Amino acid sequence: MPLQSLDITRRSATTTPSPGERQTMEVAKLIDVSKCIGCKACQVACMEWNDTRDEIGTNTGVYDNPRDLTEASWTVMRYSEVELEPNRLEWLIRKDGCMHCADPGCLKACPAPGAIVQYGNGIVDFHEENCIGCGYCISGCPFDIPRISKKDGKVYKCTLCSDRVAVGLEPACIKTCPTGALVFGSKEDMVRHANERIADLNQRGYRNAGLYDPPGVGGTHVMYVLQHADKPEIYHGLPKDPHISPLVSLWKGVAKPIASLGLGVMALVGFFHYVTVGPNEVEESGEE
Amino acid sequence: MHVTRRQFFRVCAGGMGTSTLAALGFSPAEALAEVRQFKLLRTAEARNTCPYCSVSCGLILYSLGDNAKNAERSIVHIEGDPDHPVNRGTLCPKGAGLLDFVHSPNRLKYPEYRAPGSNEWKRLSWDDAFNRIARLMKDDRDKNFIARNAEGATVNRWLSTGFLAASASSNETGYITHKVVRSSGMLAFDNQARV
Amino acid sequence: MTNHWVDIKNANVVMVMGGNAAEAHPCGFKWVTEAKAHNHAKFIVVDPRFTRSAAMADFYAPIRTGTDIAFLGGVINYLLGHDKIQHEYVTAYTDASFIVRADYQFGDGLFSGYNPEKRNYDKSTWMYELGPDGYATVDPTLQHPRCVFSLMKAHYARYTPEVVSNICGTPTADFLKVCETIATTAVPDRTLTILYALGWTQHSTGSQMIRTAAMLQLLLGNVGMAGGGVNALRGHSNIQGLTDLGLLSNLLPGYMTLPGEKEADYQAYIDKRAIKPLRPGQLSYWQNYPKFHVSLMKAWWGDAATKENNWCYDWLPKLDKVYDVLQVFDLMHQGKMNGYFCQGFNPLAAFPNKAKIGGALAKLKYLVVIDPLATDTSCFWENHAEFNEVDTAKIKTEVFRLPSTCFAEEDGSLTNSGRWLQWHWKGANPPGEAKPDAEIMAGLFLRLRDLYRKEGGAFPDPILNLTWAHKIPLAPSPEELAREYNGRALADLADPKDPTKVALKAGQQLDGFAQLKDDGSTACGCWIFSGAWTEKGNAMARRDNADPSGLGNTLGWAFSWPANRRILYNRASADPAGKPWDPNRKLIGWDGVKWAGADVPDFKADVPPGDPMSPFIMNPEGVARLFAVDKMAEGPFPEHYEPFETPIDTNPLHPKVVSNPAARVFRNDLEAFGKAKDFPYAGTTYRLTEHFHYWTKHVKLSAILQPEQFVEIGEELAKEKGIKAGDRVTVRSNRGHIKAVAVVTKRLKMLTSNGRKIHHVGIPIHWGFKGIAKNGYIANTLTPFVGDANVQTPEFKSFLVDIEKA
Repeated sequence: MPLQSLDITRRSATTTPSPGERQTMEVAKLIDVSKCIGCKACQVACMEWNDTRDEIGTNTGVYDNPRDLTEASWTVMRYSEVELEPNRLEWLIRKDGCMHCADPGCLKACPAPGAIVQYGNGIVDFHEENCIGCGYCISGCPFDIPRISKKDGKVYKCTLCSDRVAVGLEPACIKTCPTGALVFGSKEDMVRHANERIADLNQRGYRNAGLYDPPGVGGTHVMYVLQHADKPEIYHGLPKDPHISPLVSLWKGVAKPIASLGLGVMALVGFFHYVTVGPNEVEESGEE
Repeated sequence: MHVTRRQFFRVCAGGMGTSTLAALGFSPAEALAEVRQFKLLRTAEARNTCPYCSVSCGLILYSLGDNAKNAERSIVHIEGDPDHPVNRGTLCPKGAGLLDFVHSPNRLKYPEYRAPGSNEWKRLSWDDAFNRIARLMKDDRDKNFIARNAEGATVNRWLSTGFLAASASSNETGYITHKVVRSSGMLAFDNQARV
Repeated sequence: MTNHWVDIKNANVVMVMGGNAAEAHPCGFKWVTEAKAHNHAKFIVVDPRFTRSAAMADFYAPIRTGTDIAFLGGVINYLLGHDKIQHEYVTAYTDASFIVRADYQFGDGLFSGYNPEKRNYDKSTWMYELGPDGYATVDPTLQHPRCVFSLMKAHYARYTPEVVSNICGTPTADFLKVCETIATTAVPDRTLTILYALGWTQHSTGSQMIRTAAMLQLLLGNVGMAGGGVNALRGHSNIQGLTDLGLLSNLLPGYMTLPGEKEADYQAYIDKRAIKPLRPGQLSYWQNYPKFHVSLMKAWWGDAATKENNWCYDWLPKLDKVYDVLQVFDLMHQGKMNGYFCQGFNPLAAFPNKAKIGGALAKLKYLVVIDPLATDTSCFWENHAEFNEVDTAKIKTEVFRLPSTCFAEEDGSLTNSGRWLQWHWKGANPPGEAKPDAEIMAGLFLRLRDLYRKEGGAFPDPILNLTWAHKIPLAPSPEELAREYNGRALADLADPKDPTKVALKAGQQLDGFAQLKDDGSTACGCWIFSGAWTEKGNAMARRDNADPSGLGNTLGWAFSWPANRRILYNRASADPAGKPWDPNRKLIGWDGVKWAGADVPDFKADVPPGDPMSPFIMNPEGVARLFAVDKMAEGPFPEHYEPFETPIDTNPLHPKVVSNPAARVFRNDLEAFGKAKDFPYAGTTYRLTEHFHYWTKHVKLSAILQPEQFVEIGEELAKEKGIKAGDRVTVRSNRGHIKAVAVVTKRLKMLTSNGRKIHHVGIPIHWGFKGIAKNGYIANTLTPFVGDANVQTPEFKSFLVDIEKA
């Protein structure tokens, strides 16, 4: 076991328990939508730091660009023009990306040992060298975040800049955010900060301002301050009550022990089926 | 739960493949989970300011190499200077992408020349460029310099050549540019502040 | 900026109008979010579009493009009508009490003295009445019918909420809500800050829009205050510095001005600029003009500049007119220019009416482009089909393209919008053979000088004698140049307090501009930058970010001109007796001997409170001007004039005078203006936060964010025209057309002005035919060739277009 720069508490498809003696601080990113100007600095900082470059696309009649998350764009701004009251336009801009769930559906769904890990600080990280490209994590994610690379068939998503956090730095998006819409710290501090922001928003007439930290996934390590927390779906379809897909629960709860009875040759056949034709089929079926 | 029979089958079969494979010892390197190495550990740092808008955010330029004699510095990362009182480490989308300006494929690398009517650029040396431009300047100035106006007043101006200066260049560049341009008698002289 | 970026956090109300700070200056805008979060500030935005700034606002009011003077004039009328002004400040610190000449007049859209043939004014009547002592007469009771206060009140009485709403298209209730919010800052302990940018400058009335804002702030007592001021958020990183250094056709460094050709006499030139006080006891700091001027001439021409030759006065070129870029490109288009240099400037993309600009460049004999990037201008002769349709073989211009370094590859300083000169350090070598701009200028200059030395020629003296004291003449270093503009003693300078002592020895760097002399014993390349590099070293490189006052002034960080002062006019933050208007934002105070405090006093340091000397020391009045006297081209009070291309075909205030009667417009361009019947929509150009002008189309990370050219229209117009989001559309003006993708948005609402439906068409500018983003049309294909009356900035923000599905 090599020394980890971050303590691992959970890893995909592994039954060996993780070391649990060290108690590290739980971190969180807070996205204050009411302060976000949608400048996309976080998108750039993310690509620049992580050495990815998305394609130069096209304009499709909206500000959103790139149009969606990709293997190179681990975060994108989603723009919604909303009029909850007549003549009171709001331009709600939400930074989308991995929520780093406390109970990560991707990790639960992942059949590749160690391809997805969760650190003691709460970050859910993909280790692409272990990824077999099955796409289960995509079906497992209640927020539709991970994306498969066309180039290497592996899945990518926000790492919360685990390489920066490991050396005591904030993630690249947090550092760059011009207006302070993104802040980073211990989850406890972030909740406190959110409450201050919510009080300010209440004072400015946003009666339903609130924190988005959905319990259905055990809470998240990326949280939102929303002006209208009662209607998360107006923020470009932010799920109101996200849960892990029933397929994942089934796999972990019932199917796995049953299937584990059949070892040996059958499993190997299954594996080879996988690396040849499996992933695409599985991905399609996940979308049915 | 809405799970079809077919889905159930696929979950079992597909999911089993790798976990059983791991049990058989095919696991890639016992799942060596390690975060990506921090990429700035020994880079050289230079303090700079953003060249775009007039907020002039503080930057740190991180360059390959440690400034040793035999290493050619190349900028590998740019991020905000947290000590800077205005930007406090933040950068806008333009500033955050400065690395790709520094390394833009459209950076000019050599003096070039396009001849009258020609459809192409030809590379030339700095010497050639300076000599030929200075000759064009002098010929035009000598021919069109106005020492006195119609009323006979001394005006010492050169109107047939003009100069646009760059408001993204430094004060030092601006100062020497003003000195050179004005001493030649040019009046058609502006920078982006005009527009 | 009168104030600076961090100071925005001290405001109680922030107004963004004529700008879009969130979009164009996100990292400066953070201080607006700080003011909201920590100072409970209210944030209001007035703009034709619901912008990224508007998305952050507590209140947004729409306005028809180009009508800001009507709006702000209406606010002035509201403040005066509701008695929401800071009386003590207005009486003591502005010219409200000054009495104006009896022959000054305004009526039917024109001020007294107009000459329709020349399209300009004889401004002699726009002046205060002078008493027998030569001083301006005043009435501190503000009752005199011809005092500035009375005239101003009468002038803006016409700007009622109904008139404002009719002109601007702003719903009356929205306008009044803005007025009420602004009015809350008329008390001494609350301030408004106004942040503006090209949304005000790029109009034929741009300078007067800014003046109206300044008047507003003076009436509210917000100038000189922490969290107040009138704050220009400038475009480029050193546009402030290049303005300070005078790189404009009619300027010299430090806001000194070039002589006109009628100013043959040196002493007359000086006397006109060394303005004597207009009221007793005033400092009238420009009286020191000869010190600044002589020191500049010594910096440029050294020993050749002597008292006997009037410090080389004849060597300065004399203006017959202002050679602003519109003038120059008009001359170039007429074939009257032979050579042109573009140093880090892309005029083909940046100037109005691209067809005229391209045609003008094609008439040059030679064009020299100095740039880090392959600009559109350098390739103006290349045929890029619809994006640049030219006949290459017919273009006889010789073009040189010289590669320069970028910011990351050089040392030097930039001056930000808050007037901070900040030093930066090189991070790597430039690519290929690229050179720093200063070396390129040196290369050109030294060859030219050699030619004059060898061959002689037209008036070579100023070239042959230009000082060039650089260790490596072909590579002047940033340090050498910075030391030169700071200035140095040429002889031993006596200590003014004790003449037997030497304050500075010959050759030493000056401490600041107070040491400048008009006898040739000092040299200084830019007097307002003096203090930047003293005997103590490079003040611009200072990095102490301590903020002991909590007001954000960080006096130990970099160097702020003038004299490291952070907030201009800060003497006005205290009342005449020296007591701060608001103890929580005390900038300076009298310590019994001198003024001192959280900022460098903008005042004569040893003049005690109660002295008649007033805070606006650069003005001969000593106070700030609500009445501009003869300083503005189109009138001493701002008046609403329509854009040259107006969608309502008239000016509801005075139908006979529709547009600015003194604007920069050429006869041959008048016919290129469109009319509303052919081009019914209000076009306006602007920048997106994802891009920087025409540079970032060469930058992959930026191109990814906004890859392709688009225009924005509202849902009502889209419906009328059958345009859906994502459709390709053609936008036409009377000068040409562009094609782009349509973004259909709720953020552009239809307005009603003078009975007409007004639709705006929003046109971001960032595309062209060179770059790695998708090629596009140059947006300035559409814009009109007309400029502001005072500074000739083109009217990029308001013109007429038509739009249809492509």
